Amino acid sequence: MAHNHDHDHTEPPEEIALRVKALESLLTEKGLIDPAALDELIDTYEHRIGPRNGALVVAKAWSDLDYKARLLTDGTGAIAELGFSGVQGEDMMVVENTPEVHNVTVCTLCSCYPWPTLGLPPAWYKSAPYRSRIVLEPRSVLAEFGLNISEDREIRVWDSSAELRYLVLPERPAGTEGWSEEQLVALVTRDAMIGTGVALQPGD
Amino acid sequence: MNGIHDMGGMHGMGAVITEENEPPFHHEWERRTFSLFASLFVGGHFNVDMFRHAIERMPPVHYLEESYYEHWMHAFETLLIERGVITANELSGAVKPLPVPPETPVLRQGMVQAVVSTGGGARVEIDLPASFSPGDRVRAKNINPAGHTRLPRYVRGKVGTIVIDHGVFITPDTAAHDQGDHPQHVYSVSFDATELWGSEAPRKDTVRIDLWDDYLEAS
Repeated sequence: MAHNHDHDHTEPPEEIALRVKALESLLTEKGLIDPAALDELIDTYEHRIGPRNGALVVAKAWSDLDYKARLLTDGTGAIAELGFSGVQGEDMMVVENTPEVHNVTVCTLCSCYPWPTLGLPPAWYKSAPYRSRIVLEPRSVLAEFGLNISEDREIRVWDSSAELRYLVLPERPAGTEGWSEEQLVALVTRDAMIGTGVALQPGD
Repeated sequence: MNGIHDMGGMHGMGAVITEENEPPFHHEWERRTFSLFASLFVGGHFNVDMFRHAIERMPPVHYLEESYYEHWMHAFETLLIERGVITANELSGAVKPLPVPPETPVLRQGMVQAVVSTGGGARVEIDLPASFSPGDRVRAKNINPAGHTRLPRYVRGKVGTIVIDHGVFITPDTAAHDQGDHPQHVYSVSFDATELWGSEAPRKDTVRIDLWDDYLEAS
């Protein structure tokens, strides 16, 4: 397990940190990588790509029914309209929560996740407990996230074994009639787009 | 392969631990490791299926003990050495590194945004016949390949229904082993929870998983 301590530089660096440094130095010396490009990649995923992108997609679908129809029939194309395409979102499918169906996503074999709309996955999504249990006992796992799904509603787990990435379209909260897209964006959480949560309610 | 990575349906892994306001990276070495993937992928040194398979081949104890980006580092070291891009002696510092051939592609600063926003999809735009159509009942084959596969154990031998034909994609089982793209249809197949886990499972619940033509037979 990774040590979860702050980096106190009076301690010797961890073995893994030395390994990464050794590989990066070697690849630089051989001319295989450009360290400035590495910095740009890190900045992109740390500061520019994250779940707010997905929240903009959801808020637009809630406010524009034509867009929602396009999003549900051609997720890749409709998301591209907003500019959130690319690595780990080359082929997208959006699945809609309804009173009859609650959707939740996982990758049991590794940790596939729609980076352009949600950013990099949280540690729990990549963890053994989530990947092993969400297909076997989704109701127990969702209850641990504070979601109790009624027995008469289907839980539909999407296991992304192929190069298609899934985004859950949560139900629009009641009491948001007449809200602008900007107001709606604030209600869309990352977990609501994975399916381990639902959208916030007005006043939350 | 029937590896430790194939986790769907296992017991004993414990509770899901979440972290409030989790940052994308917890350590500087995680940042550097993350950024190496796109660089090496653009360099053509491996594909995503080779990368996944290198992680799957880790000793199970290490797989469980090590964190996500440690898995990535293991894959980089394994693949770059196996594929002759670097040598173990270069990595240990025992010998002076040799430069790579000048035509080797390198991800340069200024190319990053174009690469990130384009990606490298696995969809293949060719017209191929599909073996199945939405509504068909299919059985996931009971196969146990020693190499890479994206057919997890928990659906093997189980009967489900084709719900979507996603179109034609590269096949990981061959792509991971330098045996070509072998394009074929991928379908979303819906399995009832009761079919996967037995009669105690909630009757309405389902798992939908994307499976390649080769993984399926008519039922």
